[in-house]
Amino acid sequence: MDETGAKPKRSGARLCCTCNQRRAALKRPKTLEQICRECFYDVFEEEIHQVIVTNQLFKPGERVALGASGGKDSTVLAYVLSKLNKKHNYGLDLFLLSVDEGITGYRDDSLETVKRNEIQYGLPLKIISYKDLYGWTMDEIVKVIGLKNNCTFCGVFRRQALDRGAAFLKVDKLVTGHNADDIAETVLLNILRGDIARLSRCTSITTGEDGPIPRCKPFKYTYEKEIVMYAYFKRLDYFSTECIYSPNAYRGFAREFIKDLERIRPRAILDIIKSGENFRISTTTKMPEQGTCERCGYISSQKWCKACVLLEGLNRGLPKLGIGKGRISVNDSEDRNGSDRGKSIASKQCGTLDF
Amino acid sequence: MACNGPGCNSNCYKDEEAEVASCAQSSERTKSGDAEANPIANTLCIKCKVNEAISGYGGIDDGRFCADCFRNNLFGKFRFAVTSNAMITPTDKVLVAFSGGPSSRVALQFVHDMQHRALRNFDASRDRSLPVFGVGVVFVDESSVSPIHSNELEKAVKDISSIVASLTPPTKELHVVPIEAVYSSESSDRRDKLIKLVKAVSDSTGKEDILLYLRMLALQKVASEFGYNRLVLGSCISRIARHIISATVKGQGYSLPSDVQYVDARWEVPVVLPLRDCFAQEINMLCQLDGLKTLVLSTSPHSGINSLVSSFVQLLQEENPSRESIIVRTAGKLIPFHFNRIPEIVDGKTPLATQRHQKRYNLKSNVSVSSESFCYLCNSPLDKSETVDLSNLENHRSSDVFGTSYCSSCRFQILPRDPTSLEQFYTLLPQSVVARSQQVNNRNLSVLREQIQDCLLSDSEDET
Repeated sequence: MDETGAKPKRSGARLCCTCNQRRAALKRPKTLEQICRECFYDVFEEEIHQVIVTNQLFKPGERVALGASGGKDSTVLAYVLSKLNKKHNYGLDLFLLSVDEGITGYRDDSLETVKRNEIQYGLPLKIISYKDLYGWTMDEIVKVIGLKNNCTFCGVFRRQALDRGAAFLKVDKLVTGHNADDIAETVLLNILRGDIARLSRCTSITTGEDGPIPRCKPFKYTYEKEIVMYAYFKRLDYFSTECIYSPNAYRGFAREFIKDLERIRPRAILDIIKSGENFRISTTTKMPEQGTCERCGYISSQKWCKACVLLEGLNRGLPKLGIGKGRISVNDSEDRNGSDRGKSIASKQCGTLDF
Repeated sequence: MACNGPGCNSNCYKDEEAEVASCAQSSERTKSGDAEANPIANTLCIKCKVNEAISGYGGIDDGRFCADCFRNNLFGKFRFAVTSNAMITPTDKVLVAFSGGPSSRVALQFVHDMQHRALRNFDASRDRSLPVFGVGVVFVDESSVSPIHSNELEKAVKDISSIVASLTPPTKELHVVPIEAVYSSESSDRRDKLIKLVKAVSDSTGKEDILLYLRMLALQKVASEFGYNRLVLGSCISRIARHIISATVKGQGYSLPSDVQYVDARWEVPVVLPLRDCFAQEINMLCQLDGLKTLVLSTSPHSGINSLVSSFVQLLQEENPSRESIIVRTAGKLIPFHFNRIPEIVDGKTPLATQRHQKRYNLKSNVSVSSESFCYLCNSPLDKSETVDLSNLENHRSSDVFGTSYCSSCRFQILPRDPTSLEQFYTLLPQSVVARSQQVNNRNLSVLREQIQDCLLSDSEDET
């Protein structure tokens, strides 16, 4: 193993291996280097800055919406991005964009966190609700369909809600807090499900460039553990309760596997992403054709977009419409997390806004 | 066309005259196997609709076929893989890698069945235009690097010899080689050298993987020394699925498609995987049904990435019996490499029938990627971003160049980090690895040379 045999020594004699001045306070999850807090902040922020610069994620003067759920990823993203924006003069107009699914006891609380973030970071916040957009709250939907497949509705609706909110804010880009663990997990899941179309695009740092609002993931190479560490040391204000509709949220088996891998080889996460980037997919492979929904005009590969199909089912009292159709439901556990279109990451708690 | 009749009864007379297990098995054996495998079976075979289906072994087809049809189905998958990829043609000499495990045991059995059948056709045909392909068996003795006791090894070799001896006619030559045979036979300390080499790898996954590469080198060595032109491996879906996930985890996404095809001709002797469409569970079931003897040799306890992946895939497979096949199909959609097909022979010596055979079947890979450089250690094709700039190649000493053309996975998990151990590691590598790297460099140089040929004033390499 490449664990370099370094046990975290509590004696305190060890110095940060970057600055060689301060006492090392942590073992960096990505590299296992022992460094001090200050150096950790620096390297964490600098890496994200480098990702933004080398991938040319933003142009000066752009309006950028941050998908904000109040969870750790989006909170750290909002903090780091506004910091980098000032420090490196990106010249961006940043906004927080939240979706209110209408889940009492969960989203109302997390939205309070986002509202505090609005003040803390001085970023304007827009909340867009399922109720306004679709006429249904998740609470109402769950009353109708029960606790099975509810995540499918939520996931499909959220994706569109974010786009509509972004259009409302007239932003040029939407950034989400997907981290390296999320992307590695998506790569694996797409292999396991045989979803070659998604496999070919799930590692792109920017997606939907042909659509109205491109999305990008500045945390593509950022480890979840480091995000947690950053939030912890910076004492960032974030919300960490699970969605009440996915009780004891099933942690995806793929996610478990990635955590196990990370334990014996931290770089495995980056290696999976690298593999995903290097997969060469035959151009003869049938890819779904991109079109627009005849009903609402949203991007869709079918006649109607998934949200319209689901909504039609709800409104006509046939909530099963559009669920599990044309796709073999791989297993119940994946269903719980909404293995349906528009949803690609199985282990995420469904209440987060990172889709 | 054997075995397609109702209940296979039409073909079963053959067994009485042939002692060996051929595709069509006697119905007596079927029934006993049936009863053993599943005493509570109450469904009829979906194919013959006569016999009771056997079940409980796993895989997609579990519980669908009776023992006869199961066997035929499995053999059918093998035969289809062989014929549709031109793996074995009448003039070939095939070397089957036999580890003693179920997969390679079944590969050996099926190759034998096929050869046996070819022999009968040969005897029966008037013009004898189609010769019978030759079959040899190789067993790699890894006792120098695994905890195998000498008694255990002795017994294993004895068992393997008797298995191979039982597979006649035609007789098959058995080659037992120690894995240290990757070193040239002149070096007397090759066993020590190998142990040192493996010891130099600190990562436990890397240790397992380097053994895998060395084993392939040993197999290739035997194959080319004894004039074989195909190397048959028993890799099944289950194994390939695991490899796909491990390779992904190790960052080998670029080279991955090269390892999961039916044919891999990047080696001197092309490697073929005729069991690529069979599940491990099916293979185990066949061994059980037909009483195929297999052996399990002691191995070092597995830890690290490979075993983690293995248990992960096993979990997935239990939850969904087609999971492994989905994984392999997904990877199958990635673009293969130009060497993932049997190279066509165009010299005049090839019998017409063989040529026809190849023409018919070898035309299917239309898209492929050609890659000029390979990792010196694992021989995986390298992405352009991973290779060095060859333009100033001659300014380097050979060892410098040597150090730069490894895939990132080998660099990370196999090569020692510090320069001194790295230097020593190079000296421990088998000559064939070194030779391959030089060969590759020379090939690259000659490609470069060709491009500038018109501007060179001298023909000799030294003066340019």
